[in-house]
Amino acid sequence: METILVLAHTETDGSLAKPALEAIGAAKQLGGAFVVGLVGENVQAAANSIASCGAVKFLGATGADFKQPRYATDAAAAEAVCKAAGAAIVIAPATSRWNRVLAGVAHRLGGRADTHVTAVTAANGAVAVNRWYYRQRMEAVLQRTQRPWVIALESGCCEAWKGSAGSAAVEAVAVTLSDACKRTTVTGIHAPAADQQTIRPDAAMLLVAGAGWTKTQPDGKAHIAEAEKHILDFLRLTKASLGSSKSLVDLSGEGQAVLPFMTHLHQIGQTGSTPRHPKGLSTCCHGEEPHTVGWRFVNERRAIDLDPNCGWARGKADVLYIADAFQVMAKVNELLAAKK
Amino acid sequence: MSIAYQIVVCGSIVPDPLQTLEPVTGPTGPALKNEMMLPAVLDPWAGHALFEAAHLAKSAPGSKVWLASLGPKAKLQQVMMTVAQKVPFELVALDGPAGGFTEAADVAAALADAINAIPGLDKSRLLVFGGWESASRGAGATMQIIGERLGIHDQFQGVDKLTIAADGSLEVLERIEGGIHQVSKCAAPPAVLGWATGNLPEPPNNPQVGMMNMRVVMPALQRAKPAKVAAEGVKFASVTLPKQQRDTRIVKDAPAEEIAKEIVEWISKS
Repeated sequence: METILVLAHTETDGSLAKPALEAIGAAKQLGGAFVVGLVGENVQAAANSIASCGAVKFLGATGADFKQPRYATDAAAAEAVCKAAGAAIVIAPATSRWNRVLAGVAHRLGGRADTHVTAVTAANGAVAVNRWYYRQRMEAVLQRTQRPWVIALESGCCEAWKGSAGSAAVEAVAVTLSDACKRTTVTGIHAPAADQQTIRPDAAMLLVAGAGWTKTQPDGKAHIAEAEKHILDFLRLTKASLGSSKSLVDLSGEGQAVLPFMTHLHQIGQTGSTPRHPKGLSTCCHGEEPHTVGWRFVNERRAIDLDPNCGWARGKADVLYIADAFQVMAKVNELLAAKK
Repeated sequence: MSIAYQIVVCGSIVPDPLQTLEPVTGPTGPALKNEMMLPAVLDPWAGHALFEAAHLAKSAPGSKVWLASLGPKAKLQQVMMTVAQKVPFELVALDGPAGGFTEAADVAAALADAINAIPGLDKSRLLVFGGWESASRGAGATMQIIGERLGIHDQFQGVDKLTIAADGSLEVLERIEGGIHQVSKCAAPPAVLGWATGNLPEPPNNPQVGMMNMRVVMPALQRAKPAKVAAEGVKFASVTLPKQQRDTRIVKDAPAEEIAKEIVEWISKS
């Protein structure tokens, strides 16, 4: 087996997030020896937390410059760690921080990167990865001859490594940074208030709202306030994550009545996200292919729609309820509230 | 402080999202069935990048937008007939495959060379835009490699907003995990921005802009150099459509109470 490096970065509190532990799980599953390389302001606590993971060596690129996720410094640190490890295969969690830099790092190393990888396997010492093409419409299994091969592993695809903490000896990796690497400064985070955040990647349930919520109802009027109440009540009662069809979030740009809490960040499908949730409930959305490609990794799917010929009926959902979502969701929320 | 930006948008064509796609094995590896027959559109994220570029150019007098696009000439021409009506730009065309199974590194090399060859390119005013991913390969890798090849190390991915401050610095909002944005301040161009959806709606068609653009689009297409884009070193063991056709149970004519009860039971099951 070739030399493997698990390349991870610490979080703002110095810990390792679940995707990093999943990358370690993936490396262990390949069966060979592996090195762990960490990047962050201070990586000792993170290294200690995975001291018993079986890595043959721990490398660390540390310092205040690596606290903030910034392309120039992160790429320099990742490049230095990869070179120090001399790894042929680099497995990294596909976090936004690493996704920003890994392709550039692979280029600097003279290798190649494969991103959004959903599985890493090895047979007879040959590593292969699974990844999706055309926005989750087809899945490929591929191998590469180029080395180093940087693999960005999607979160939720591998079992996270679990084990006891200990004391790890971290070898420091020197990184040379010029002033040009610091032209960008991360100044903060824009996030809704915690109680108003409706995107919850770790939620057990995904609720998708389609444009039907804003359309004219049988009484000849749109009921935006009522729609907002039903959706937000459901999210509050179930702690579900909220998604949207493209048509609903596009309405704001077209000057139509919109749900104020819905943004392009909620968009799921061809030009949106592909979240991973055990269950998903679609409401007032037709379930056409460009939307449902975003549901590829939602295991159990149910939908409420008035159209019996909608996309959900064509093998996209497990159950399709032909009903008025306003009525059904009002009753669902009543029942959920009664259970509390 | 007003800078006249040189904005190069990298973006190619993808099959219309409403088309059914089926993989086939061709002489050089996987491809799409009837790929050349499928109607194509400008990649949606590249489209957002183009509209944002045009918006920025409008607000910074003297700025200019190029669209660097690699694809089969005939398909590019077809797509440009529509795209050219949206916003003013100058096309830099490269003739080569636009399919998802080609290498991001090859595409990036061809596009970086094309950008470097733009006459009068001034890197102190250069912003390289593109989609943060594509609807074909979907790797989110091409823009970073273009940046590396051009020597640009201020890069941002999943961008939803760019604001130019009074001192000429760039404030960039990038998508990160959990539906939130990271805010960064970059001192000045050059920079690479891989756009997510941005904030702008698709501009309406403007025939006058279309006529103006087409005057340079057609010669650009005629001049398009062939680009060597392949997938050397990659061995595809399989490319398959997902076998996730579900046996959908359709519940019709049931009262809302009954449906609600069933949904709540389903939600409650661990």
